[in-house]
Amino acid sequence: MEPRYGKTQELLYELKIEQVMRTDVVTIASDATMSELREILREHSISGVPVVDGDELVGLASIEDLIRWLSSREPDCAVHEQMTRDPECLHADQPLVHALRRFDESGFGRFPIVERASGRMVGILTKGGIIEGVLRKLEREFKEEEIRAYRVSHIFEDLLADYKEIYLTYNVPGKDFDRAGSASTRMKRNLKRLGIRPDIIHRLAIASYEAEMNVVIYTDGGTMEYRISPHEVILRVRDRGPGISDVEEALRPGWSTAEPWVRDLGFGAGMGLPNIKKCADKLEIDSHPGRGTTLKMRIFTGEADEAQ
Amino acid sequence: MKLSEIVAALDLEVRAGADHLDREVTGAYASDLLSDVMGHASEGALWITLQVHQNIVAVAVMKSLAGIVLVKNREPDEATMRKAEEEEIPLLISSLGAFELAGKLFGMGLSGS
Ligand SMILES: Nc1ncnc2c1ncn2[C@@H]1O[C@H](COP(=O)(O)OP(=O)(O)OP(=O)(O)O)[C@@H](O)[C@H]1O
Ligand SMILES: [Mg+2]
Repeated sequence: MEPRYGKTQELLYELKIEQVMRTDVVTIASDATMSELREILREHSISGVPVVDGDELVGLASIEDLIRWLSSREPDCAVHEQMTRDPECLHADQPLVHALRRFDESGFGRFPIVERASGRMVGILTKGGIIEGVLRKLEREFKEEEIRAYRVSHIFEDLLADYKEIYLTYNVPGKDFDRAGSASTRMKRNLKRLGIRPDIIHRLAIASYEAEMNVVIYTDGGTMEYRISPHEVILRVRDRGPGISDVEEALRPGWSTAEPWVRDLGFGAGMGLPNIKKCADKLEIDSHPGRGTTLKMRIFTGEADEAQ
Repeated sequence: MKLSEIVAALDLEVRAGADHLDREVTGAYASDLLSDVMGHASEGALWITLQVHQNIVAVAVMKSLAGIVLVKNREPDEATMRKAEEEEIPLLISSLGAFELAGKLFGMGLSGS
């Protein structure tokens, strides 16, 4: 049996009580009545509450105390007459496995959780809370695992070939401002899924969006091709538009031929190409007036320790 | 500072992305030129602008901005709201002009880039 529980056991050691305890603790004052206790338990669907006077934890009142009182048929009385005094507390920084052991040994249904340094109550722990906490953590780890399995480095390791790359293309319709940017936004999602480093995604996002918008604004359409290989991403943006007569000039910050209506939409600062240049490790612009423009940029994706 | 705190403090109206106001705002940037925002806004920044066309949503997505505030009660286009909702970008409206709004945000402790 043991090995099957390996992962769960590991989690019980790894997780601290403070990671799974409830912090929005419902409490009751010691001079409240037992019928008030019944109402509170019912209202919150819980089976016990810490009894607190001011800041101080003085006891624990549970459904067991309530049943004992009900079956004794005594008149309504103050909670402090029926509660468990000086309840055993656990520390927020203890591993969950310790809490579980205490639940087993004591048979208690809940423990108030106190901060070790101040002794202040900061939460409450039930067996249900432990189950929830472990499941949450398992789910999170599962998701991370999924992303890791997607990671480019993994994909490339798993495929056997002398040369490997992922090739994705997008059509960019010209003058269509409603769909403008959709190639870049979709691509950004892919890059995240592929586990590319966030700072590199950021640079690719800027370069890609600026290039896409230029195709939308200045041409009747074009294509964007991404080639993702183990160490770099190459983005080639081609269009059959009017071309750029002086590339040098077009690269100058502030230089723009955008028409007034395009400027009204917030384009035309003449900063698109300079932004691309800043973000790409290598940029080549090949443009022929009347025939179109091709931008080729390369961004190296090496891990932080092998960067550039 | 959480976006929801800013919405409450400056009495902003929420036009889209109401479920995503728990985002951390790390700064702010005011500009009506999209390429300027692409080049200079930092990730997690709140963007102050008077542009209402749906392209602003794509810019916010590409730059991972915390949200967009339209100034002077500018109403976003229908398509802008739809896209913002889809892309989970909070779209807010202020009655203040960009200068006053930026001043208030600066006063709350946010800075530029
Ligand atoms: N694909 C293209 N085809 C034809 N001309 C282009 C193309 N891309 C850019 N240009 C020309 O280069 C100029 C500068 O482009 P850049 O992207 O730097 O600025 P912009 O598009 O004018 O303004 P911004 O990008 O700041 O909104 C453009 O105004 C346009 O004249
Ligand atoms: Mg441009």
